Amino acid sequence: LAKSCPGQETVTLYLRGVALRGRRPRPAPPSTSPPPASTSHPIKQEDNLTETRLVSHSQITRLYSRFTSLDKGENGTLSREDFQRIPELAINPLGDRIINAFFPEGEDQVNFRGFMRILAHFRPIEDNEKKSVAVSEPLNSRTNKLLFAFRLYDLDRDDKISREELLQVLRMMVGVNISDDQLGSIADRTIQEADTNGDNSISFNEFIKVLEKVDVEQKMSIRFLH
Amino acid sequence: QGFFTLVNSLVTVSCGAVDRDVQQTRPDSRPEPPSESTPNQSHADHGHGSSAVGGIPVVTFKWHHVETPYQVALWILVAGLAKLVIEANHHVTNVIPESALLICFGFILGGIIWGADKVQTFKLNPTVFFFYLLPQIILDTGYSMPNKLFFGNMGAILVYAVIGTCWNAASLGLSLWGCHQGGAMGDLDIGLLQYLLFGSLIAAVDPVAVIAVFEQVHVNEVLFILVFGESLLNDGVTVVLFNVFDAFVSLGGARINAVEIIKGIISFFVVAFGGSLLGLVFGLLISLLTKVTQKVKIIEPAFVFVLGYLSYLTAEMLSLSSILSITFCGVSCQKYINANMAESSVSTVRYVMKVFANGSETIIFVFLGISAIDTEIWVWNTGFILLTLFFIFVYRIIGVFFLTWILNRYRLVPVEFIDQVIMSYGGLRGAVAYGLATLLNESKIKEKNLMICTTLLVVYFTVILQGITMKPLVNWLKVKKAAVSELTLIEKLQSKVFDHMLVAIEDISGQIGHNYMRDKWNQFEERWMTRILMKKSVRKSRDCVFKVFHQLNLKDAMSYVAEGERRGSLEFVRNESAFIDFKKKFVDDCSGAMPDITACMSDDYSAMSSMSRIDQVPSVSLEMHEQNMKGVRETEDINTHHLLQQHLYKGRKQHRHRYSRSHFNVNKDENEVQEIFQRTMRNRLESFKSAKMGVSPPKKISKHTKKDQQQKNGKRYFSERIKSMIGNVCIPLTPFPLGPAGIENPAYIPDLDPMAAEIPPWLAEYDAGPVAPSQRAQLRLPWTPSDLGRLAPLRISTRSNDSFAQADAPAAQQKDDEPPTPSKRDGRNM
Repeated sequence: LAKSCPGQETVTLYLRGVALRGRRPRPAPPSTSPPPASTSHPIKQEDNLTETRLVSHSQITRLYSRFTSLDKGENGTLSREDFQRIPELAINPLGDRIINAFFPEGEDQVNFRGFMRILAHFRPIEDNEKKSVAVSEPLNSRTNKLLFAFRLYDLDRDDKISREELLQVLRMMVGVNISDDQLGSIADRTIQEADTNGDNSISFNEFIKVLEKVDVEQKMSIRFLH
Repeated sequence: QGFFTLVNSLVTVSCGAVDRDVQQTRPDSRPEPPSESTPNQSHADHGHGSSAVGGIPVVTFKWHHVETPYQVALWILVAGLAKLVIEANHHVTNVIPESALLICFGFILGGIIWGADKVQTFKLNPTVFFFYLLPQIILDTGYSMPNKLFFGNMGAILVYAVIGTCWNAASLGLSLWGCHQGGAMGDLDIGLLQYLLFGSLIAAVDPVAVIAVFEQVHVNEVLFILVFGESLLNDGVTVVLFNVFDAFVSLGGARINAVEIIKGIISFFVVAFGGSLLGLVFGLLISLLTKVTQKVKIIEPAFVFVLGYLSYLTAEMLSLSSILSITFCGVSCQKYINANMAESSVSTVRYVMKVFANGSETIIFVFLGISAIDTEIWVWNTGFILLTLFFIFVYRIIGVFFLTWILNRYRLVPVEFIDQVIMSYGGLRGAVAYGLATLLNESKIKEKNLMICTTLLVVYFTVILQGITMKPLVNWLKVKKAAVSELTLIEKLQSKVFDHMLVAIEDISGQIGHNYMRDKWNQFEERWMTRILMKKSVRKSRDCVFKVFHQLNLKDAMSYVAEGERRGSLEFVRNESAFIDFKKKFVDDCSGAMPDITACMSDDYSAMSSMSRIDQVPSVSLEMHEQNMKGVRETEDINTHHLLQQHLYKGRKQHRHRYSRSHFNVNKDENEVQEIFQRTMRNRLESFKSAKMGVSPPKKISKHTKKDQQQKNGKRYFSERIKSMIGNVCIPLTPFPLGPAGIENPAYIPDLDPMAAEIPPWLAEYDAGPVAPSQRAQLRLPWTPSDLGRLAPLRISTRSNDSFAQADAPAAQQKDDEPPTPSKRDGRNM
């Protein structure tokens, strides 16, 4: 069902490069009907970067058209409202959290590069990536995937999941039949499982450690973002 | 005749008797007394009636009457014993898989029968195999199928099952035919269609063999589900291919045209999807039925089996794929019946399912071995047999690698190279192929025996040789093994978070992917299926995170109780105030730190005295327990009552025989009588002794509410015990009807320790209060039960590792401090 990309005629795109250069001036938004040349133009400049992974040209094109179709204001950026218009997100218990993850701290607009940067977390890891000598870790590394998941809990960005923060997420995830007291004890117990230094909260390191056995690479990857 | 061999084999096996040739002189006379001592006394009895002439017979011998069921039962017994023998030595089963050993055992048994009878009377009969042995195995696999994994890899499984099996069948048939044409097999009367028919029956990977071998290897779950799912689902293909080619063979080559071929292809879809659909319908039926069976709990599990079996038979009746039908029946009903039925019924279903499945698996392999010892079927044709083995092996590898190559372009997690090797090597053939081969029509296929013989050889080759080498191969290639994961809340929660996250990302990026579909299905299921198929009460209390929490708590509570019983301080079960205090304390601690949890917490904790730190850990643990009690208050209450009920001696009245068809109780009365008797005797002895030794008679405690018929003299010990417990445990024991002198009276305190030293070993066990908990409840009661603080941090979190050590130190300290000076902790908790 997932749309497959014609693997052979891929244009090499360097998502990581995009990600690393997030501060660079954003190129002018391409025209609404995205001809491949114009879409990939801003990214082509980074073609000469070393380690990366292939993202098929058609994928970029497709995601760009998705981006523009979400962009009701047609200003080349997405606002929270644009995301909230997606009907399925309204019934997703974590919908709001995930929307939030798209917006860097203090900003309420996200451009295509930022958009792709978030989506890049969900790329599967491929074998050739493991070998490549990375200057810094790619966005889809295990640690970065986990960090993304961690940030969903950690609202105040103090690099700790407190009991309160955990409770909020739990409240979103479980049904109404669980009482607050029960939920509280679930939260306590969850923290107890992860907490090694006894500060009654889960730090990122503890988070990584407790999810050591979970196949995060697989569970946090989406195939079609190849 | 059948009976002969059976008796013979049994006699030979058990007694080692060899000379049974006398019997062979008249192999046709069937009635034969099965008494082993007089095997030749054949005229003694002829079943019913023969001895009824001379009046009322005291004993008649009616072998005929029971022959068939008797044989069946004996065979089951033999198979079971075989398994027992094989499993006795784990060094052997570690090297050679059990299935291979069972086949070898079958060889031996068959040889014995052959040696005795010179004819083969027992074979794996297709009717027995397909109707009585196979269904329960498949039902079990369907019922215990990991659904998420199965449906997650459904695409790949279907590709392997459908295309892979077709490829195997076609390539094998065509290659054999080509070799035949090339003259590699000499003179054989087999046409192209017959080759294809043979190819189709031997193409399918066998579920029974695969489960048997792979279960012992523990490869990673994706690899397992691929091989295993393929073996289950390719049955639809096999049945269709077999039927189609069978029909083609009867039609003859000339009359096959495009219409017939198209009909064949259509029939594939009908058979496969029809079978699966039928299974789903039956699965839903079972689920619906279990919604209303709470009144007849005792036969509840039977519905599952009967309806599952019916789904198999119905599919067989409609000539649909019966294996697919029963598989999907199990897959679709598992979730709902597990929720709907009472817990005891669920475990009954699980257990009985395993008993059946394991039993018939054993019987199948034994019979596969026995079937080999038959001169009729052994038609040797070197070319045919060796080429078949070779082609099966090679085409399986080619098929797997080619299909995986295609699949890997679409898979999120590609199937790795070594996994592919194992998959190709795991192409085990088994009893299904043999059953189909024996179904061949000899009038149409002249070389039926050669085909059976080849099939058997293929089965032996794959199950025994590949089975034995599988484990070393897996180890040598370092195939990723299945990870043994511990159940943790955070993993469960996180995997839910991952699910939602992936769906959201797919929504945002506008892709209709795997996660999207799964989410839609979940919603549909939640909205419709669950509502219709699940009991209302269950539906409400269903939440997977909470379920894990509940399970963890139950586990904790069980080990807590076990530990408590071992140490003899079960007071917390009866005394709830302890919890409340603990709980309150914890909440206080927490609420103090809560406003600014991250900043304060660490300081707060470090500032606390070591005592409070020690307290902290148990209180969390106890608090969990308490929460659990709140959450499932009712069950917990029931449990408490149950516990009490269990450990109280029953009155004489209740000792009467209690038999009920609809209730299931284990009667432990015998033990209790023994216990009470022993205790009484001990009491008498003790009072006698104390009188003799001049120990002052124990002071009577005037106030006790419950009557205490067993011990008159026990009071004193009891109160002392309680006192010492209190000294150690520091938990108020309010429910105990203690005399006023029991705790406060300092007069008792000096006796305490001397008494403890003097207590003879047979008295050390002795402990009985007015409540008279049975000895089972307080086995190995130490004289000074150590404090609860040690018990509490049972769940060894990383933090509690050190707290163990810390908890120990004051425990020892407290022991020295006794008798009961109320400790700091006591004061805190009160």
